[in-house]
Order: sequence, then structure tokens, then C-alpha cells
Amino acid sequence: MAFELELISPVEVAKGYVLAVQEYTLLSAQSLANFFRRPRYMGDMLQQADLIGVGSLPIVILTGLSVGALLALNAASTLQRFGSITLIGQLVSIGMVTELGPLITGLMVAGRNSSGMASELGSMIVTEQIDAMRALGTDPTKKLVTPRVGATAFMLFFLTIIADLLGLIGGYGVAHLLFGVDTNQYWTSVWQILVFRDVFTGLVKPVLFGFIIATIGCYYGISTRGGTQGVGRSTTQAVVAASVLILITDFFVTKLIFAIFGYR
Amino acid sequence: MPAPTLPSENPAAAVASVSGYAIEFDNVSIAFDEKVVLDGISFQLPHGETKALFGVAGSGKSTLLKLAMGLLRPDSGRIFVLGEEITRMSEQELFQLRRRVGIVFQESALFDSLKVYENVAFRLMEERFSAEEVERRVREALRFVELEQTYDMFPSELSGGMRRRVAIARAIITGPEVLLYDSPTGGLDPVTSNTIVELIVKQRDVSKTSALMATHRLQDAFTMATHQFDKATNQMVVLPKGQRGEVPLSFLILRDGKVIFDGDARELATSRDEYIREYIS
Repeated sequence: MAFELELISPVEVAKGYVLAVQEYTLLSAQSLANFFRRPRYMGDMLQQADLIGVGSLPIVILTGLSVGALLALNAASTLQRFGSITLIGQLVSIGMVTELGPLITGLMVAGRNSSGMASELGSMIVTEQIDAMRALGTDPTKKLVTPRVGATAFMLFFLTIIADLLGLIGGYGVAHLLFGVDTNQYWTSVWQILVFRDVFTGLVKPVLFGFIIATIGCYYGISTRGGTQGVGRSTTQAVVAASVLILITDFFVTKLIFAIFGYR
Repeated sequence: MPAPTLPSENPAAAVASVSGYAIEFDNVSIAFDEKVVLDGISFQLPHGETKALFGVAGSGKSTLLKLAMGLLRPDSGRIFVLGEEITRMSEQELFQLRRRVGIVFQESALFDSLKVYENVAFRLMEERFSAEEVERRVREALRFVELEQTYDMFPSELSGGMRRRVAIARAIITGPEVLLYDSPTGGLDPVTSNTIVELIVKQRDVSKTSALMATHRLQDAFTMATHQFDKATNQMVVLPKGQRGEVPLSFLILRDGKVIFDGDARELATSRDEYIREYIS
């Protein structure tokens, strides 16, 4: 039995990517513009905030604690070699607040919620529920996308603060229990090393990551084609795309903030 | 069995605001991935009339309904709904117009995470009606489709026929001027199909709502051509022999993306076209 392979022109593939970027950009812009247009779905936003924020709390607590503890554990051996174990609080503090807190929380929430949004909206597409919503005179971007974007950006901000704090507690546990670092010394160094730029960096990132997680999840959801198999594909693609975009954005935001505020 | 009263029996609403046709297609074409689905379609749906849309599976019936609702945009041609050219409207303008049009989707398309009453009340809640008004009208609409007992249930707990009837309740709750039915009896047993046809006939004869009904069940259209809704007895009755076909019902047959027949029951019965004769035999 002979199989015929259909060759796709590279131009068509490129056109497809450009179209996807254009559609994603439009959806993102629309989701932001909807914050200034009526009707506003506050009830839906609160429901999403509960699902995304409260629902993600256990995983954020767990990863925050683990990452802080691991950071302290790995740094301690090197610091000990140079007799600088007392600096461990500074290292955990800078690492968690500026980088690992936002990044790990963003990636965890992306894994949990980007996929959830893509599969929920994708299922609504294949069962014509989105068409039904449009037919009933309701804008799906206002009713479905904007509440998710607002709720994710808002909740990720607070989830990151929780992850940062738990990371510091995890680091303290390791530093104090395993390496005998004094409690007062640890928390003083944690507090003193942080400057405005660090806190600003650590709190801007989760808002951007939240926006990415929700818009990517919703974009892949509403562009689902091909039935239940398509829903599965969208779900996977959403997690991969959101994670990659978070990592890329993280790099450029850090670079931009360094350019604005100068290096430490 | 007599059907219950309509949630919104307002014949004036169907004809008040408009001149011309309820729906008009002017040389409309659409293709998906180079496959032409509809090719130069033109027809008119007068106010108060129901047009039954026939064609084999994949002939473009559902596409035509989605075009009429503005859910798809044609590649060429113009579409007028309630006197407004929807092909020139933005999505935001279409949301306003769609509030005057109801649609029953092929697979019902109920929101599966919402209960039956939330599905039926969806449009009312969007328009910020009071909770008492919403409940009163939802119960009325559900009573109309004889499903008041499903008020607190989820769509997944209903049978296919019940879901279709809830979809009808959702479509008619605001008393739309035009109704679009996409295979409303597809995949249903004869008894349930008959109940749904009776609901459609009642909507046609009492509310005088204009409707486009895509179907492949010829018997449904013939029931609609030979019956009318009797308000006095509140049920569908057979028309006297001489008056059969004298109801506001017309037929449109699609083949290979083109309209091959557009006329009333009498013209359909006397058509000499071989394909049509075979189709209706």
C-alpha cells in the first residue's frame, strides 16, 4: 500500500505562523481593551480568581518551600568553603524575590491553568458553545477571556508574594537547622539586601506572566480545531507556549530593568 | 396533547420594525480550504414565513444558517437580516442584531457547566433583568417546551430530545423576530420529533415568527405544510383537504452549493426536476 505524502510549502507554514501571531496579538489587545468596556463580568472574574488563585495555592506553597530550601542547600556548601555562610540569607532573598519566586510560580500556574483554559475553551468550541454565546449576543472575549486574564494577572501577583515568603522560610529552615545560621542574622540579611529594584522586578514579572498564561491558554482554546483530539493538542501546545514565552519574557524584563535601574 | 402557552406571544414584534424581508441572501458564496460550500446563493425569506432548507449531508445547510446569524462571513455576496446588511457589520454591531434573532443548534450547544435555568435565562441575565422576572420567564419558556421539571438540572442529565427542547426554550425566551433551526429533529425518535415540530408550528402560527429551518427530514416539513396551530384548542391540527399547503411555509433545496429549488409546497409537488422528484419520493 502506497502512502502519499503531502508537501507543505514553507511559505504557507510561515504564513500560518504570522497569522497565529496576528490573531494572538489581536486577542490580547482585545482582552485588555475589554477592561474599559461594558459589560464587565466581575462575577466571572471572582470565580476565576478563586479557581486560579485559591486552586493553585497548594502547589505554590509546595514549590516555594522546596525551591527556597534547595537554593539554600546548594549555596551553603560553596559559601561554607569561603567562610561566608552568614550570607546565605542574602543569596536566598535575591534569588527568590527577583527570579525564582516569579518564575517558578509562573511556570507552575502555567502548567495548571493554561492547560485548563485551553481545554475548557477548546471543548466549548468543538461543542459550538462559543458560537451559541455569540448567537446569544454575548462577546466571548468579554465573558470568557478578559475575566481569565484579569484574574490570572491579579492572583499570580499574590501567589508570587506567597511563594517568595515560603521560599525564604524554606531557606531559613535549611540555613538554621542544617548549618546553624542564627535566626536574627538570617532574617536581617534577607531584609537588608533587598532594594526597590529587586522588589519591583519581582512584582512586575508575575503580572506579565499572568497575562501570558491566560492569553496563551485562551488563544489556544478558542483556536481549537479537530474535535476532542484538537482539544488535547491545544492543551499541550498552550502549556509549552506559555512556559517558553514566560522564560523569554523573564530574560528580557530582567535585562530591561537592569538597563533602567542599572546593575547592582 | 395540547401544547402549553407561549412565553412571549407577541406577533407585532415579528413585523413591527422592518420593511423588506426578514432574511435576504444576494449571490452569497463561501469556501473552506478551496472547497466551495455555497456558490452564488440568492433567496428571500418574507416576514412571518418559515422556509424549510433541504439538502444532503454536507450540502451547506448549517453553513447557510451560520451565515444568516453572522457567525461566518461570506467570501462574496450580501446578506440582509431584518433589513440590515450584516455583511458590512462589525462583530460588535452584530451582537446587537443577534439579540433579535434566535437559533437552535444541531447539537443544542447548551452550556454544559450551567444548569438548565441558567442556560435558558442566559440572554435575560446578560440584559440584567430582575431575578423575579428571569425566573418567571424561564419557567414560562420551560413550560412551553414541557420541561419545567428540568429547571435545576444540568444538560448532561437530559436526553437528546430534552436538550433540543431546552435549546428551543433558550432561543424563544426573548421573543425573537427571526428563528433559525439547525436540524431540530435530527437524531430524535418520532414522538419527540413530532413534539418539536409542533413547537415550531406554534411559533410560526401564533407568534408569526419568521424562520429558517435546516432539515433532512422531509416528513417534518410535510407535517408543517399540512398542519396549523389552533389557538382555541391549543394544539396542532390537520388542515382541511383543500387548504393543505396554504400555510406560510416554503421550501429551499440545495445541491452542490447551489439553490436548485425555491418555492411553496405546491410547486415542489409539481416539480419536474428529476433530482427533486427523487428527493421527495
